Amino acid sequence: MDKKEQGQFGRRKVMKQSNGNYIRSTAKFSWYLKKPKYIPYMLRELSSLFVGVFCCFLVWGLYQLSQGEVVFNQWLNVLWNKLFWLNIVIFLFVFYHSYSWFMVTPKAMPIKFKGKRIPGWVIIAAHMIMWIVCSIVIFALFIYGA
Amino acid sequence: MSKSQKIRKVSFEVLRYDPDQDSEPYFQTYEVPCQDEWVILDAINYIKDELDRSLSYRWSCHMAVCGSCGLMINGEPKLSCHAFIRDMPDHIRVEPMDNFPIIRDLVVEMDGFVEKLADVKPYIHPKEERSIDDGCHTQSPEQLLDFQSLTQCINCMLCYSACPQVALNKDFIGPAAMALAHRYNLDSRDQGREVRKDVIASNKAIWECTFVGACSEVCPKHVDPAAAIQQAKIAATGDYFKSFLMPWTKKNKGNSEGEKS
Repeated sequence: MDKKEQGQFGRRKVMKQSNGNYIRSTAKFSWYLKKPKYIPYMLRELSSLFVGVFCCFLVWGLYQLSQGEVVFNQWLNVLWNKLFWLNIVIFLFVFYHSYSWFMVTPKAMPIKFKGKRIPGWVIIAAHMIMWIVCSIVIFALFIYGA
Repeated sequence: MSKSQKIRKVSFEVLRYDPDQDSEPYFQTYEVPCQDEWVILDAINYIKDELDRSLSYRWSCHMAVCGSCGLMINGEPKLSCHAFIRDMPDHIRVEPMDNFPIIRDLVVEMDGFVEKLADVKPYIHPKEERSIDDGCHTQSPEQLLDFQSLTQCINCMLCYSACPQVALNKDFIGPAAMALAHRYNLDSRDQGREVRKDVIASNKAIWECTFVGACSEVCPKHVDPAAAIQQAKIAATGDYFKSFLMPWTKKNKGNSEGEKS
């Protein structure tokens, strides 16, 4: 009935501790590849880097603006021509960053109203609506301001 | 066992390890005739009763209350009494919980977890001692709602098995202990927030959590430790800025309404 498979430990590695006990070792740099559900989490973490790059671009742009219209227009040209695809990638990551964090807001901020918990979807929807309204206002300012 | 019952042969690959005899853990395969309504624990009990008396494992209640039968089932941390075999393939791998030292077969060492749990002082710290004559503490249903879901924790440690941070950082206090600490911080009868703060806001607790969320996904009681930790982060950040802006509130600070997340 039973079959002994001495020495076979499948894909999972074990590590012997100093006290003699065995414990599974975890791949320090690739654990997130073990399960597909870790991928959205890692993308969310990775998106922070692109948010950082976007902030650097903004500071760079503000500095160029302070140098006058000609310099600022040159900077805009660089963004449109040389860094166009990088900007598209940054936009997608910043979008995913905002989306993924708004999706987890009910966990971080459980809100009560008249003694009862507000459902999570209401909190998410409120954030999403605020996000869309703010985006429209900024886009309108950009279009009509220009 | 009546003939009308549906029987399915399932192959169980069980991790075995006897530190007195084996140089390292190995897998042993058992063929088990499983009934349709069986959970993994039933199959393990069958192995113990009918096939191999030397198998060691923990269990008690068989109804997802005691939290002692947690195992890795096909690589996922689950309570073995809460995992139906009918929902699984014909080959099932059963291992002791990840991130805990293996004592023997499916039994793991839980001392580290218990120490971490004790670190957060998970019990009510009353503002002042009360005698029996003073009567009991009262609490409204609305106050209970603040932390009720967190009271469901059965200390099964599945969240520790699922958490990648626990795997990478052995000092990390971990999901269940932090959820329990937050549960008492939210309790209207408790005044121990300041006592727990040194552990909770330290670099081995809430700030080690990167919100993977695996703890909440595997929790059999829907406790949602990930949410509790994020709320604790917000509360700790508020405390930090408050200690700068209003240093006079640092002492004798309790669990006031304004501090609740």
